[in-house]
Amino acid sequence: MVDLEAKKPCAGLLPVAHPGTELVEVDLGALTSIAPFAGQQDAVSVALQNAYRLGFPAPNRTTGTKDRRLIWFGRQMVLLAGPAPAAALQKNAALTDQTDAWASVSLSGNRAEDVLARLVPIDLRRAQFGTGHTARTLLGHMNASITRTGADRFLILVFRSMAVTLVHDLNQAMEAVAARR
Amino acid sequence: MRLTCPLCGDRDRREFYYRGAAVALHRPAPDAGVAAWDDYVHLRDNPAGETRDLWHHEAGCGAWLVVTRHTVTHAVLEVALAQDEGAAG
Repeated sequence: MVDLEAKKPCAGLLPVAHPGTELVEVDLGALTSIAPFAGQQDAVSVALQNAYRLGFPAPNRTTGTKDRRLIWFGRQMVLLAGPAPAAALQKNAALTDQTDAWASVSLSGNRAEDVLARLVPIDLRRAQFGTGHTARTLLGHMNASITRTGADRFLILVFRSMAVTLVHDLNQAMEAVAARR
Repeated sequence: MRLTCPLCGDRDRREFYYRGAAVALHRPAPDAGVAAWDDYVHLRDNPAGETRDLWHHEAGCGAWLVVTRHTVTHAVLEVALAQDEGAAG
């Protein structure tokens, strides 16, 4: 039997670095969207607490850290990044495996905010958008999930089919920001 | 133009998709009669004043929103989740 090797969405495209910014692909582990059935959010929150010691994040927020993270992903939906979904969650929520559906990259550096300011229509500066904050918004013409994971570090997710455009748009903005030093 | 999504906050108009008058939330009963269905499917007000529209936060949280706005001043008066109006009636 042939042992197939999974190809990452940004294979051959990343990493790239420019003065003040760096863009790398990140492996988040398993990705599962969790959409509680009507009126079941409290039950799902309890199940998440039992399984991962993580609360159901409020809109525009995340809970957890690198290895297991819950990212608010839209109206009545969170994305579990890291562990496989606990069986107990199935009773109260629709679970969908999204592991291969998203290209995930990390943009870091002291000019990362300036790069995103060129592409994203919301204010991502620290005073407005602190560590652990997340947003569903646009990056260029792409629907994206953007999370601040550190003082000068962002986690960016877009549909996997748009990985090349994502890297192209970010790389171009990184170049332009570096040129204005 | 900016809309304040109840979930995401103040966002640019390019994140939203416009559907039309918010009558879709008040579908008549199947046996409501021809007049009620004619009104629901075809007849729309065209007010110089307050109007209620359905918008979809397409590039954001994915919620359907009921936006109350003024067609003369262009002021956006209220943005609410369609989910809440659906539950209320």
